[in-house]
Amino acid sequence: MKLGASRHSIVLGLFCLGFGILLAATHGVTAGDIASRASEDRLNSLSQVLPAELYDSSPLDHVLELTDGEGKAVKVYRAEKAGQVTGVAYEILGTGYAGEIRLMMAVDAAGRILGVRVLAHKETPGLGDKIEAKKGDWILRFTGLSLGQPEESHWKVKKDGGEFDQFAGATITPRGVVAAVRRGLEFFRANQAQLTEVKS
Amino acid sequence: MSADYRRIVKDGLWDNNGVLAMLLGLCPTMAMTTSATNGFGMGLATAVVMAASNLLVALFRNHITQEVRIPVYILIVAAMVTVVDLTMNAWMHELYKVLGLFIPLIVSNCLPLARLEAFASKEPVLPSLLDGIAMGIGFTIALTGIGAIREIVGSGTLFADASLLLGPAFKFMEMRLLPESSNMLVMILPPGGFLVAGLVVVGKRMLDLRAGKAIQMGGAHSAA
Repeated sequence: MKLGASRHSIVLGLFCLGFGILLAATHGVTAGDIASRASEDRLNSLSQVLPAELYDSSPLDHVLELTDGEGKAVKVYRAEKAGQVTGVAYEILGTGYAGEIRLMMAVDAAGRILGVRVLAHKETPGLGDKIEAKKGDWILRFTGLSLGQPEESHWKVKKDGGEFDQFAGATITPRGVVAAVRRGLEFFRANQAQLTEVKS
Repeated sequence: MSADYRRIVKDGLWDNNGVLAMLLGLCPTMAMTTSATNGFGMGLATAVVMAASNLLVALFRNHITQEVRIPVYILIVAAMVTVVDLTMNAWMHELYKVLGLFIPLIVSNCLPLARLEAFASKEPVLPSLLDGIAMGIGFTIALTGIGAIREIVGSGTLFADASLLLGPAFKFMEMRLLPESSNMLVMILPPGGFLVAGLVVVGKRMLDLRAGKAIQMGGAHSAA
């Protein structure tokens, strides 16, 4: 019996060792490619909100780590051209009907929105998913707006007395997105000096 | 027994189909059949994992002792899933962006495990490999079919985004069959998965009855 138990342990152990080595090898072979795919993806989502003519070197090389009002870390990608900060892009989080909505937004040096795009969400298909640029132009409405335009108190959906359209059958989703974008702008205002200062 | 290959293929594709006859692997079936393309991709990834793990278990079947076989099977399936996950992320990145979230789900699919226990642990390498491939393709057919029905009724399209999965050459497969206004949203929400999967199982059994075959109840004795 004792011999049997140790034999099983050895068999199981050998399999774990063998497949562990296989996984390590696979990881070793693929790690470099996966990392470069991930940065391509990031550049891709950045280029949707940051126009390429705003920068002369990749925003991925100008990363700033800040903390927002709630103490969460925010990774800021800066677009720099000829030594000037022309815009900043960062991820914001909204709360939708079915959980978190991840968005990427870009703001120019004066605090005007350059663009907002949804990166990931779990909203109801056909109702809440009109926030995707692919499914409607609602999200493009933010471009050019800032905290003074419209007034800060009007950064709400129409149902709540604000300026932004809700969708038929879906109010919670746009409400979450509008609130997230407003928080994003407040984050920019609170950190404007640091965000736009050029380090030499 | 002398390796009845035709039987194995027929079992995998139709008679003993993982989803339609054994009712195994329903978790990814429900989650991934919101469109034909998603179902197809999930089916293919599962087929690769099943073929590889069936092959490995058959190869080592004389060394895997009875008492630790379940942990070893799970280890093998999980390792194969991770290998598929990493290689797809690195070298088939477009596909990975569509399917990436769901590949880890294959580990929780009991169909690969059921085939390891019921087939690959007892049979030689070649039949086991074939069984994995046939079962995997059968799974793919079931998922693509259920996905196609849900997509046509729910979104009015068929094979939407197929070019993301298969490359730009397959753009021609993407079509719109019904206008957007006639969409039945419920079909691409979770209840639609149960409705369509149930109806497809009924359809398969009716076809089998008409062909005069006894209905297989293979799922009853397998791990669920």
